[in-house]
Amino acid sequence: MLYINCPHCGMRSQNEFSYGGDASVKRPELNKEVSDQEWDDFVYNRKSLRGKHLELWQHISGCRQWIKVERDTATHEIFRTFKADEEVA
Amino acid sequence: MTQAFRIDNGGLVNREKKLSFKFNGKSYFGYEGDTLASALLANGVHLVGRSFKYHRPRGFFGAGVDEPYAIVQLYRNGETEPNIKATEQELFEGLEAKSVNCWPSVNFDIGAINNFLKIFLPAGFYYKTFMWPKSFWYRIYEPFIRKAAGLGVASTKHDNERYEHKYEYCDLLIAGSGPSGLASAYAAAKNGAKVILAEDKPRFGGSLLTSDVNIGNQSGKDWAEGLITELKTMPNVVVKNRSQIFGYYDHNMLVMSEKVSDHLPETKKYHPNKRLWYIRAKEVLISSGSIERPIVFGNNDTPGVMLSSAAKEYLKVYGVLVGKKPLVFTNNDSGYETAIEFKKHGVDPIVLDTRKNPESEIIDEAKNLGINIKNSYVVVAAQGYKKVKSADIASISEDKKKLGKIENIQCDCICVSGFWTPTIHLASQSGNKTKFKEEIDAFIPGQSKQNETTLGAASGIFSLEETLKTAFTAGSEISKKITKKDNEVAIPNVVEKQSSQHDKFWCVPLPKGKNYKRFLDFQNDVAVSDVEIALREGYRSIEHVKRYTTLGMATDQGKTSNLNGLQLVSEIENKVVPAVGHTTFRPPYTPVSIGAIVGREVGKHSKPTRKSPMHEWHKKNSAVFVDAGVWLRPRYYKRGNENLFEASKREAKNVRTNVGVCDVTTLGKIDVKGPDAAELLNRVYTNAWLKLPVGKARYGVMLREDGIVMDDGTTTRISENHYHMTTTTAQAANVLSHLEYYLQLVWPELNVNVVSTTEQWAGAAIAGPKSRDLLQKLFPNSDVSNEGLPFMGYLEGDLFGVKARIFRISFSGELAYEVNVESDYGNFMWEKIMEFGEEFNIQPYGTEALSTLRIEMGHVAGSELDGRTIPYDNALEGLVSKKKDFIGKRSLKRSAFTAEDRQRIVGVVPLDKKTSIPEGSHLVKDYKAPLPNPKLGHISASCWSVEYDNPFSLAILKDGKNMVGQKLFAMSPLKNKVIPVEIVSSHYVDPKGERVRS
Repeated sequence: MLYINCPHCGMRSQNEFSYGGDASVKRPELNKEVSDQEWDDFVYNRKSLRGKHLELWQHISGCRQWIKVERDTATHEIFRTFKADEEVA
Repeated sequence: MTQAFRIDNGGLVNREKKLSFKFNGKSYFGYEGDTLASALLANGVHLVGRSFKYHRPRGFFGAGVDEPYAIVQLYRNGETEPNIKATEQELFEGLEAKSVNCWPSVNFDIGAINNFLKIFLPAGFYYKTFMWPKSFWYRIYEPFIRKAAGLGVASTKHDNERYEHKYEYCDLLIAGSGPSGLASAYAAAKNGAKVILAEDKPRFGGSLLTSDVNIGNQSGKDWAEGLITELKTMPNVVVKNRSQIFGYYDHNMLVMSEKVSDHLPETKKYHPNKRLWYIRAKEVLISSGSIERPIVFGNNDTPGVMLSSAAKEYLKVYGVLVGKKPLVFTNNDSGYETAIEFKKHGVDPIVLDTRKNPESEIIDEAKNLGINIKNSYVVVAAQGYKKVKSADIASISEDKKKLGKIENIQCDCICVSGFWTPTIHLASQSGNKTKFKEEIDAFIPGQSKQNETTLGAASGIFSLEETLKTAFTAGSEISKKITKKDNEVAIPNVVEKQSSQHDKFWCVPLPKGKNYKRFLDFQNDVAVSDVEIALREGYRSIEHVKRYTTLGMATDQGKTSNLNGLQLVSEIENKVVPAVGHTTFRPPYTPVSIGAIVGREVGKHSKPTRKSPMHEWHKKNSAVFVDAGVWLRPRYYKRGNENLFEASKREAKNVRTNVGVCDVTTLGKIDVKGPDAAELLNRVYTNAWLKLPVGKARYGVMLREDGIVMDDGTTTRISENHYHMTTTTAQAANVLSHLEYYLQLVWPELNVNVVSTTEQWAGAAIAGPKSRDLLQKLFPNSDVSNEGLPFMGYLEGDLFGVKARIFRISFSGELAYEVNVESDYGNFMWEKIMEFGEEFNIQPYGTEALSTLRIEMGHVAGSELDGRTIPYDNALEGLVSKKKDFIGKRSLKRSAFTAEDRQRIVGVVPLDKKTSIPEGSHLVKDYKAPLPNPKLGHISASCWSVEYDNPFSLAILKDGKNMVGQKLFAMSPLKNKVIPVEIVSSHYVDPKGERVRS
């Protein structure tokens, strides 16, 4: 079970969180013309990386905040965590 | 009754307290502190079971967790449990156990005929034989194999024992209380670290309990006892015996199973049977020790052949002799320690050492005691069927390939020592890549992957002095980093006998013309010849060899067999052992009770049960409840002998003719507040929300980004910046997360707050043509006329002093209202509704009637919004705005979603107007068509229309738009039904929706 540093609450066990997928995906702006390809990339196409991956988790049984977690998908090592509105450098 | 094999003095058992027990129906006695194994051995019982495949007689091989043979069925306090190791089960008064895998009895086992058929049962036999004919598998082969296989019987009764889960956090978790565990725990504790020290056995001390050493001028055992006593008094230390750490998971989380009650005749009141600990440790010290490995020789599975360390443990801990004419067969000095113990207790052992001229302090001591030692000698085969009677022994050449003349010597047990295998399971589970250490012929942990350090014998250090030095240092260095304290602990002096280099010899060659079975894996009956076959047949990877032969796959997970298996593969393949590699170590290290894993989450506790504030009223009024997600909801209210069908029909009919009331507290409710609330709703729902006035409700549908309907419900504008959103019962939590996702990540610029208010409000739906009359009585001061409170209107009212929210919304399709009050007043509201409703013939209705009412109106619910449908499919495309953008809109342009013959909701009526159509039935054109019969659609919901008094169903049907009037068949192969049906409009009752507006 992962041990995730919620930027709002501190170290918490994985069972307080729910997974939210790739955090690098950006939703196309509203009312913007979007090609089929762009839309497919947003809705369906994911890289499913092996290695460092920026992903979303929601601290669902805690502060309910969505957070970004930089995690290695192969080793499960967590490098950094960010608040929803924090820029990831 | 005497215990023929118990020595007069010695051992750690309590001879003051006799315990009686039964094994295979026969009564024996042992002492407090015995295991079932030691008590049986004290009584001279060596035959405890039959092997898995050949049903060969099996005895005891070890004295603890590594035991491959002595698995019994245990009976305790009216319960039974399989797969119990007799070597781990502590004796208690009245214990009963039976052998497994034998029939009719352990002494006469019919399955043993397999032993004579063994040339026909080589590796892969089952795979090769039971392939053909295919139809035989289910009927003949599988039932036969099932009956023959298995190590015990699971109880079919409800388990009345309680199991607990516990979460714990610590600085250092230390697995194993041998010398390295104790030393590191002590050093860390002195630095103020929070320490948990776990020991799987009842007694602390590990190897110190049996070794002949001196630490700080005390015996090893006394030193251990002193340290444990002190550790127990320290507030920052938790010391646990009977606790097995069986799994090492991500981010330094380990799981430990504590046997709280297994050693007692019955579990004490309020105590659990077992407690599962989830421990998150900053650092883990693995001091799990090592397990002696066997030397492979002919018939090495005969009862009476056992590990020499086990023989020593039975003698030193339990005061039990495993034999009176022992033969010790060793390739290292450990065998001599066992021989010396025998000699000290007046028994003359013979030592066979595979080495030519070994010299050490231990060997000198053995010689001085006059022990008979034969160098360059091996056991070729054990003789005897149910018990060792003698051994064929021979000298062996220096290259270990040639045997000398075979002689037969009398003995009643053979104690084997093939050197030591570090217990690296936990380290390996942590992700640590192990490495092979030549000097000890075994794998040890390599570079740490998580915050773990392996100490002592588990890391391949077999000298006590070095073990203590490294363990004290590790304990203080690691704890110092956490606590920033540095309290020095003096490392005590150690007196131990130096031992000499072991011999790499591990398997005795077969003598000419002999075909003895030489077992590698004792529990799964895997012999040298089986592995040879696997390799001959082309299996190369050790993982494949393991699965083909089942080597190391039994409940002991190859604790005594893995390395010898690797040795064999490396020898045949002409590779070094590290090149062969080892199979992956996976948790659990030892079998864990399912009960312990499940914990308290059984029966009603398997999930939370949520009840509405009106629950007690429902109960008193003979409601029959149904699980709706986590909620308990009334399904119907039983009158007299009514069944579900009759009651729900009555309730639904009463709504259509008079007035009914339904508990709708369970609906999800979300408060949406803020200046941008309307904008959020406008983006979340498919229809327009910007112009909804205060005091009005609107029905909305929300999509996922892929265009699939996520949920529906009404949202009401309570005030300028405050909306009250409702969701379906099932989707409430998902919708909240969904909104939070967009607010926090996608559109953080929107100034809106969302919070769940599901539990803050109790809700009652009042539906039926007389509902307005009733409402007027409940709210005499409010104008609830059609003008004052029109369809989709909202009012705040005063329910006899209680603030209430009144929504004119309808799920039943009748003139209807939903009244919400704060939860604490829910029951008050309900009672008032029933009281004032009496004159209008009000009846409460449950979820079954609720379904009936919505189905015949063609209102969609969860069975249509099933995660596969878009608005069009549910005839909701009118709610999809063409002007504005919203979540999922772009996906609706996908070609499949705009196809001309796209699936769509329809109504379905059986032609005979009598036969109810099972939900899930498929709609087909021709029921006689060959399978797979093309499916045109499926029945999503069925009811008995109370309006027309005939069955009616909803279906999602291909090209549903153009299918009305068509005749099809509803097929349910599951219920063996074929029903001719006609497709009608999904709006079966009041298609113009006049009633809700009346």
